[in-house]
Amino acid sequence: MKPLTGTDESRTTRLLVRRHSALVRVTHWVNVICMAVLLPSGLQIFNAHPRLYWGQYGADPDRAAFEIGAAGEGETVKGFARVGPVTLPTTGVLGVSGRRDGEALRAFPSWATLPAVQSLADGRRWHFFFAWLFAFNGLAYLGHGVLSGHLRRDVLPSRDQVRPSHLLREIADHARLRFPKGEAARRYNALQRLAYLAVVAILLPVMVLTGLCMSPAINAAAPWLVDLFGGRQSARTLHFISASLLVLFTLVHLAMVVLSGPWNNMRSMVTGRYAIRIARAGS
Amino acid sequence: MSRGRIRRVALSRRALLAGAFGSAASAAYAASTGSAGAPSWLELAETLTRSAQRLLLSPGNLAREFTEAEMSPEFRANGTEMPDGDDYARLLDGGFADFRLRVDGKVETPLDLSLDDLKRLPARTQITRHDCVEGWSAIGKWTGVPLRAILGTAGLRPEARYVVFHCFDEAEATLDGSGTYYESLDLVDAFHPQTILAYGMNGQDLPVRHGAPLRLRVERQLGYKQAKFIRRLELVDGFSELGRGRGSFWADRGYEWYAGI
Repeated sequence: MKPLTGTDESRTTRLLVRRHSALVRVTHWVNVICMAVLLPSGLQIFNAHPRLYWGQYGADPDRAAFEIGAAGEGETVKGFARVGPVTLPTTGVLGVSGRRDGEALRAFPSWATLPAVQSLADGRRWHFFFAWLFAFNGLAYLGHGVLSGHLRRDVLPSRDQVRPSHLLREIADHARLRFPKGEAARRYNALQRLAYLAVVAILLPVMVLTGLCMSPAINAAAPWLVDLFGGRQSARTLHFISASLLVLFTLVHLAMVVLSGPWNNMRSMVTGRYAIRIARAGS
Repeated sequence: MSRGRIRRVALSRRALLAGAFGSAASAAYAASTGSAGAPSWLELAETLTRSAQRLLLSPGNLAREFTEAEMSPEFRANGTEMPDGDDYARLLDGGFADFRLRVDGKVETPLDLSLDDLKRLPARTQITRHDCVEGWSAIGKWTGVPLRAILGTAGLRPEARYVVFHCFDEAEATLDGSGTYYESLDLVDAFHPQTILAYGMNGQDLPVRHGAPLRLRVERQLGYKQAKFIRRLELVDGFSELGRGRGSFWADRGYEWYAGI
């Protein structure tokens, strides 16, 4: 018997395996909608005070750890982003953008915010409605993930996957855009699992919890929560960092979807069925 | 055929123009009011937030109080920093000696209280964090009279549901006077032990830019609820007769009336 390879189609057969449960698919797409609203409405809210601090307090007289702003006047005004001691010129995107619509000075440009015009009140309305949906959706996913064993079985890396030798091989394979085939494609690979675990167990919960810390009422009801993140302004900064990491994850996630078979991936997240090639029965 | 096409193009150009005017108008509206008109179903979230927070918060839950070492070196002033108008200028000239806080509406006994009257009532001092809706925070020390002491003195009529804070400052210039700042609380927050009318800040008289002679501190809500330059308390059973009917200057302009987040 010749060794099986993924390209040897004469000896393999295409099999549709059940990859995603209905609950995972529904919560995934609800999450897509929520993130599509929460990110631009969050940037709208950030624009009202585009400075981040560490600690309990932080306002204009205090030193910001991160800041988007504009300096100069009239035609010579320049946008900048500052992280600690490093200042980057960002005219056209951050600080100064879209000058023809009369909204020259804004931290994030109008194409990145919801609504496009500067409106903190409306940004908050969008943000809080979809934050509720996002939280309920996340609870449904995590509750199901724990009770059904999905998180332990499919997302938590298995023992053989976290061996350094295995991880190094996966990293090398990913770098060459070689993705698991055949039986190995029945389960998520280790890098997928670690990325998904970081998102569902850390980043998404941190978004909700640091978001709750923005509430003076929740601060009074649960002072330990704001302490957990080092103060109200620290929590706001972590909310921003966590959102940035989610954007980064989403970019990599979308790139991987496209590179590893967009049609198959998309079908599996819509219908639940994922196609793999396995050895022909009896061969 | 080609006529039809041209007509469609012309129509769509007209639609585009209308759209452009529409968005220009909504941008102008947004600039003047802070709201471009988000869909009204989004307001469900405010009801959900208020209900959930009221469920989580017992009426006595206190906002954190800090030590003097934790205070902001400089407390940013926000909103109106000097009210216009002769009334206010005259009172300020006299060191607010002629100031009287009017308490009326649905009360048993309307009151006119001088600053000295207020200072004779039991005082409360608290070092708390002020969280602006924009995102910044500052920690300051406030001294004042618990609102519930004043409400207790005036006596609420059975139909009283909200305390309205009428202010000296016109936060937005309007012809009909609807730009005058006002704010309101329900009785849960009005009777909270940390809800005070502050006449002192950081160990001194309340500075003008922070709302002299009296400002509200309601520590479990955002900064825009902390009305400055208060001249009158009115007990009401609803908001329909006030401003644009939503219970506060900023609620009239698209913000949540309940500012717990």
